[in-house]
Amino acid sequence: MSDARDGAFSAFLDAIEAGEPFYLSCPEGHGAIPPQQLCHECHSRDLSRTPLPEAGNIETYTVVAVPAPRFSDDSPYVTAIADFGPVMLTGQLRAVYPDAVELGQTVQIAVGSAGDERFVAFERR
Amino acid sequence: MTPFGEHPDRPGRDLFGEAGLAALDDAGLTPDDVDEVFYGNFVGTLSENQGHQGPIMSEAFGSTAPAKRIEGACASSGLAIREAVRVIRNGEADVIVAGGMERMTNMGTAGATAGLAVAADDLYEVRPGVTFPAAYALMARAYFETFGGDPTDLAHISVKNHENALVNDHAHLQTEISVADVVEAPTVADPLGLYDACPISDGASAVVLTTDAYAEANDLDAGVAITGSGQGGDRMALQDRESFAKTPATRDAAREAYADANVTPNDVDLAEVHDCFTIAEVLALEALDLYEDGEAIGAARRGETTRDGRLPVNLSGGLKAKGHPVGATGTAQIAAVAKLLAGTHPRADAIDSPTVGIAHNAGGTVASATVHVLEVVR
Repeated sequence: MSDARDGAFSAFLDAIEAGEPFYLSCPEGHGAIPPQQLCHECHSRDLSRTPLPEAGNIETYTVVAVPAPRFSDDSPYVTAIADFGPVMLTGQLRAVYPDAVELGQTVQIAVGSAGDERFVAFERR
Repeated sequence: MTPFGEHPDRPGRDLFGEAGLAALDDAGLTPDDVDEVFYGNFVGTLSENQGHQGPIMSEAFGSTAPAKRIEGACASSGLAIREAVRVIRNGEADVIVAGGMERMTNMGTAGATAGLAVAADDLYEVRPGVTFPAAYALMARAYFETFGGDPTDLAHISVKNHENALVNDHAHLQTEISVADVVEAPTVADPLGLYDACPISDGASAVVLTTDAYAEANDLDAGVAITGSGQGGDRMALQDRESFAKTPATRDAAREAYADANVTPNDVDLAEVHDCFTIAEVLALEALDLYEDGEAIGAARRGETTRDGRLPVNLSGGLKAKGHPVGATGTAQIAAVAKLLAGTHPRADAIDSPTVGIAHNAGGTVASATVHVLEVVR
């Protein structure tokens, strides 16, 4: 993939693809997603890679009928925000009928791609 | 301001020139009187193929005064107003033209959709396909889950704002619609449909701001003043916020503006709020402390925010029907409130002798918000 320009975010996606998803945690236990220079809760700059919990729960979602142009062949598609405990993540829910999506549903993190860009995706567990 | 609508063949400078001259004519001033220009614009670098827009837009209404472009997505000209207020209060200028312009229909629907999406967080939100409507749909579902409400409640907001725009000849959409029209419209990003969304509009707006002393010395008709200004900020991506059903940037901006003007929410007679989507009007009214959290969802349905209600909201038609040429919206709201208070707006007959109005402008999913209090001063 040619998204090397995104540095730390690309490394975050690489780790998901390698089966070792992580988030950044500070000594107080707050979470963040790269790229981050500091913890936004306590402003600690001591951030370290910590394994991301395997399961997240869908907090809110939408079935997108009028797609972003690069997803014009995929509509309708579902985007959701899922709570993984220390962090929330926004992603596109793959391989699921839109009618089958529910709040609270359990998902795991994955990586999707469109053209030369990668993004956070979710799959049902 | 120019009429809001589809002007794909009018370069931005042509639109802003018209708005700037109209504002100066209305104020009784000339381009030579202008000390500074604050110009709001969002995607103009793409749609106009033009950077460095401050001078070119000022030149369009005959001014070579120092000018700067201010970008804060949909809040761009709300920010322009705020900067103008601060500079004037600081004694650094007597006359400022603040305004904004956006032209998007020349980009096509796909181009405009892609352009608008960049108001969200690129890495976290835009990449996985969160469009601008999708972001507000995420907030709407979270709101329903937290506080209740349904698409029919939202439909009443759309019907109200369309009805308000029927007499506004500057409005993009002068079409009467029904609750059934809204509920049965094609879905854009569920639970939001086509009539929950503002149109993609072109247009420009401008206002002239000055001091009381300058207005009196030059015998200007300046019966309405901006007495309070506030701005709030928030984390950019929804995923990093405490709630998807609240907009604290608006609350911070409102409380600052109310305190600045020494008024309370109870003093507000009318409001122009940022209804890019119907749910956005709900979120705004609650964050503006005009309603308790969870109570504004039914305000239009109960007839409280309609033009014959106790607190008319978006008498201009709002973004929903007046239109939303992104960078022009903030100053168009200021102009609408000023005219409603002065009795010169086509919907001014909705309320007897109002004295306090507010304008609320928001960027993205409200990571930027401005609130201004306007009052009748003479």
